Amino acid sequence: MFRNQYDTDVTTWSPAGRLFQVEYAMEAVKQGAAAVGLRSASHVVLATVNKAASDLSSYQKKVFKIDDHIGVAIAGLTADGRVLSRYLRNECINHAFVYESPLPVSRLVVRLADKAQLKRQHISGLTLIILQEQVCTQRSWKRPYGVGLLVAGLDETGAHLYYNCPSGNYFEYQAFAIGSRSQAAKTFLERRFESFNNYSRDELIKDAIFAIKETLQGEKLTSAICTLAVVGKDEAFHLIDQKIIEELIDSMEIKEDAPADQAPVTDEDGSTGAAPMDI
Amino acid sequence: MALRRDWVYENNGGTCVAIAGSDYCVIAADTRLSVGYSIYTREFSKICNLADKCVLATSGFQGDMKALQKNLAARHLIYQHQHNKQMSCPAMAQLLSNTLYYKRFFPYYTFNILGGLDSDGKGCVFTYDAVGSYERVGYSAQGTGAGLIIPVLDNQLKSPSPLLLPAKDAVTPLSEAEAVDLVKDVFASATERDIYTGDKVEIVVINASGIRQELMELRKD
Repeated sequence: MFRNQYDTDVTTWSPAGRLFQVEYAMEAVKQGAAAVGLRSASHVVLATVNKAASDLSSYQKKVFKIDDHIGVAIAGLTADGRVLSRYLRNECINHAFVYESPLPVSRLVVRLADKAQLKRQHISGLTLIILQEQVCTQRSWKRPYGVGLLVAGLDETGAHLYYNCPSGNYFEYQAFAIGSRSQAAKTFLERRFESFNNYSRDELIKDAIFAIKETLQGEKLTSAICTLAVVGKDEAFHLIDQKIIEELIDSMEIKEDAPADQAPVTDEDGSTGAAPMDI
Repeated sequence: MALRRDWVYENNGGTCVAIAGSDYCVIAADTRLSVGYSIYTREFSKICNLADKCVLATSGFQGDMKALQKNLAARHLIYQHQHNKQMSCPAMAQLLSNTLYYKRFFPYYTFNILGGLDSDGKGCVFTYDAVGSYERVGYSAQGTGAGLIIPVLDNQLKSPSPLLLPAKDAVTPLSEAEAVDLVKDVFASATERDIYTGDKVEIVVINASGIRQELMELRKD
């Protein structure tokens, strides 16, 4: 009712106490192609639907390696996602340079959330440097980021999956789905998430593919339409080869009516030996 | 430098050598870290694997060596994120030169040799001064023992001048095993007369199958 009056810029509150621009940004996430993340005690899996703008074009990249131990899947304005990935990569590299150790996932998501929301303060040595970063929800000439990120990572404290939203909020999840028709995936995950912690790597990957299948709602699930990535205790973050996804989908389709806990069929050697960033 | 109170560098000694072959590259450095007439440690690696086909050997001030290695490794990570592949040796060579010149007025006290395979799979060696002047050569030596080693390599490898036209291949016709033997010989010789060189020599060989490493004992005096 009052929505149109108070939604012109991000610094205007509505009488109901809402910032509509931020909520519209979150809408952008809901319109993007689906992405799901699942976490066990030792691994985290990300899967996305590859949506191409048209039959003539290729699909947009939605999964980014941030560091050996962290990767993200995005939904929404993929351009914003690319920019944020660059920022996250720099943060990881700088932290590793100074501390010779990988940046803990929880620290990274806080920085990302701050960046989405307000300016950040760095304490470097004895000087206080206040960095004006993208002050997205508190400056009228800026707009919020239109992308939601599923951050999957491993650090000393274990495996983590976070969701960062354009509002600057972030939450930790056992499993989550974002993007269009993600509710179907969420329903599927809600039924099974309690056992995820004990899942093996392969079971986790299978369930990720199933979750993506749910979002397709009838469309055929092929390896071309799905991007899969995994990070684990002794496994750097990497995208899984299309051929292996193909094999997994085939092995699942044979037992289509029994999608419950099957023993892992193929042992994936993944692409850990190949060049980094291999898609 | 007895009276200067602002001398921030230290020479930790040591020698590096590299030889380029038709399909391999040998990079070697001793493992002694010294200061003055003392030895800090006998087991210090001066060699850093920057990329799949690219290895850096550095002599000089090891504090700057460490900082330089970290800098290049971080830049390489960024490159991989942006280009989806490893940096080639010539690309890394230019990057190293730029990085060194960036600190033209407060230099890295490092004498570097970069070795690896170029995009054609041929061995390449790049040799640097402290501020980034570099050149692709067939072989090189840097560090405290370089003066003892280069004449021997000149004699054995007869590399043509890079100024010749038409350009003559700088890589040596020696086989990989012969090149490694030559490196062992020159290090043994340099160890005899250079007090800063000795303990062990770390030899790294890059070829099409990857990077392999070996250690050879040297005189400990």
